[in-house]
Amino acid sequence: MHPLWQLTLARFREFLREPEAVFWVFAFPVLLTCALGLAFRSQGRPDVIVGVMSGAAAAGIEQVLTKEAGVRVRTLDRAGADEALRHGAIHVLVIPGNPVTYELDPSRPESRVGRYVADERIQAAAGRQPSVPVADRLVSVPGSRYIDWVVPGLLGMNIMGTGMWSIGFSVVQARGRKLLKRLMATPMRRTHYLLAQMLARLIFLVLEVSALLVFARVLFGIPINGSWFTLAGFCLLGAVTFSGLGLLVASRAKTVEGVSGLVNLVMVPMWIFSGVFFASENFPDAMQPIISLLPLTALNQALRGVMIDGAGISALASQGGILFTWLLVSFTAALKLFRWR
Amino acid sequence: MSPGQSGLVDEDALVALSCRGLVKRYGDVLAVDGLDLEIRRGECFGLLGPNGAGKTTTIEILEGLLAADAGDVQVLGMRWDHDAARLRQRLGIQLQETQLNEKLSVEEILRLFRSFYAHGPTVDALIGSVGLDTKRTAWYSKLSGGQKQRLALACALVGQPELLFLDEPSTGLDPQSRRQIWELLRGFKQEGKTILLTTHYMDEAQVLCDRVAIVDRGKVIAQGTPLELIASLGAEHVVSFALREDVAVPTEARLLELPGVRRASVQPGAGTMIVSHLHEALPALLRIVEGPDAFTLLTTHSATLEDVFVSLTGRQLREE
Repeated sequence: MHPLWQLTLARFREFLREPEAVFWVFAFPVLLTCALGLAFRSQGRPDVIVGVMSGAAAAGIEQVLTKEAGVRVRTLDRAGADEALRHGAIHVLVIPGNPVTYELDPSRPESRVGRYVADERIQAAAGRQPSVPVADRLVSVPGSRYIDWVVPGLLGMNIMGTGMWSIGFSVVQARGRKLLKRLMATPMRRTHYLLAQMLARLIFLVLEVSALLVFARVLFGIPINGSWFTLAGFCLLGAVTFSGLGLLVASRAKTVEGVSGLVNLVMVPMWIFSGVFFASENFPDAMQPIISLLPLTALNQALRGVMIDGAGISALASQGGILFTWLLVSFTAALKLFRWR
Repeated sequence: MSPGQSGLVDEDALVALSCRGLVKRYGDVLAVDGLDLEIRRGECFGLLGPNGAGKTTTIEILEGLLAADAGDVQVLGMRWDHDAARLRQRLGIQLQETQLNEKLSVEEILRLFRSFYAHGPTVDALIGSVGLDTKRTAWYSKLSGGQKQRLALACALVGQPELLFLDEPSTGLDPQSRRQIWELLRGFKQEGKTILLTTHYMDEAQVLCDRVAIVDRGKVIAQGTPLELIASLGAEHVVSFALREDVAVPTEARLLELPGVRRASVQPGAGTMIVSHLHEALPALLRIVEGPDAFTLLTTHSATLEDVFVSLTGRQLREE
């Protein structure tokens, strides 16, 4: 058999025989999706949790607040209320009296919402009429939920993580064990070794992306509004780009500990800045140009573009360009720096 | 031996490998210091020396894995800078310490290595020749030290090499595994193939090698067949003794006066003599040392390469 296939097969077998690696690549993203999906499943209408200070007037207030669904009430004494506020177990504390006092931490958005919901019900019960007529239309369609937004981010994070870890680990381990040097003593071609790492990586990619997408679709009905072809293209480009970065961080390191530090140094900032769990627009405007140039930002934007907005390739050209530039730079640098022994 | 006196080109058919004036520095340390070698086709040549003598650096330069700072290397009539790809197909190499893929089986590792070479035996034949039939599907991590070493040897033989490089082939193995490796190498030699090995075991050099170069501090300090080297001591027997603390050790001059003694050295409380006629030297030694129970140790053995090394450098091969 051709050496390229033998090398790919060897890498593939080694991976499958490593139960921990299989867990982190396949099971972990699915479990994370599951957990996030459950935590945010009723995001359209979360209950407001209001504490009422115990006393003579408490029962009346409690009755007013719980007349309609959407508010949960806990009656508490002073010490209990302080603790519950601190821990976020109640969003706002109502102290009956004249005036009625609301205690809340204004830096918590859910506390401010809680205050207005509680106030509205108390005022309405006291007979206040709205001065302008208003009407609400409630919208909840697939594609606008948090889980719809976070799944493409998890997919991007997974493509980054497995790309960097799988290449980084296997190359550095082979160098530390002097296996690279041993292979250099055979007629093996260096390009075959590196290509085999990439090929094995792409086989895992197909498996891990399908596992995550099928799971997200079946359990949470995550839509894919754009073309499957474009989505596959961006997964591939992302995987190759992050393999290039993996190769770059692994180009010199001799120990697995050394390369772990480097991998984390590259990945942790992107977990935070590139919009995996929360939108990167939360960071100051001055940082946005830099954040948008990060490869994971570009990949996440592209994946969300395809999956949520149904965008085509032309709308995502700049993200594609950013990824491709990272791909070229990291491969060129990795091949220049790479140490075979 | 004086390689380089005659033209190398004429001897191409006879010479498997030659190097001249090899120099390699690591910072301030001179690992290889102007080393010359000439290895003939079909012989087993040993580089014998203590750890740190420069053996591994030398063999890795000859294997084309390290670049020398100075010197000239020819392998099978070719040079590394022009013919690396062709040379690699014809060489078999076993490095000093390589761990192969932990979670691949014996058979899978050999199939991988076999795929790099254009010619060579089948994987089945290789597994049989190194006696790993029962371990065919076992992972590398489950093999014993001796089995790992035999697999490493199989990986070196996978391309049917004309020239085999072995760096410390039996270091760290139990006596039985060492003997198995030696048997395999003898078989390879009988096919007319050339072997270059490094070792710090004089028994290994004595058993396997047709010729030996003793290397110390990056230089060849003696070269020849094991028998020639031992004969250079001028005598065949070594007498070692140690005395009770209250008994005076005879001086070196006094020992040299004894019949049949060629060389002598004394340390506090002990001494060593290299002698040609044991039946004369031993009674004479007993006569000059006072008292029948003065000896705490008295041994004799036939001279070995170890004794050659000690007499050349004043140090032991293995500093333990």
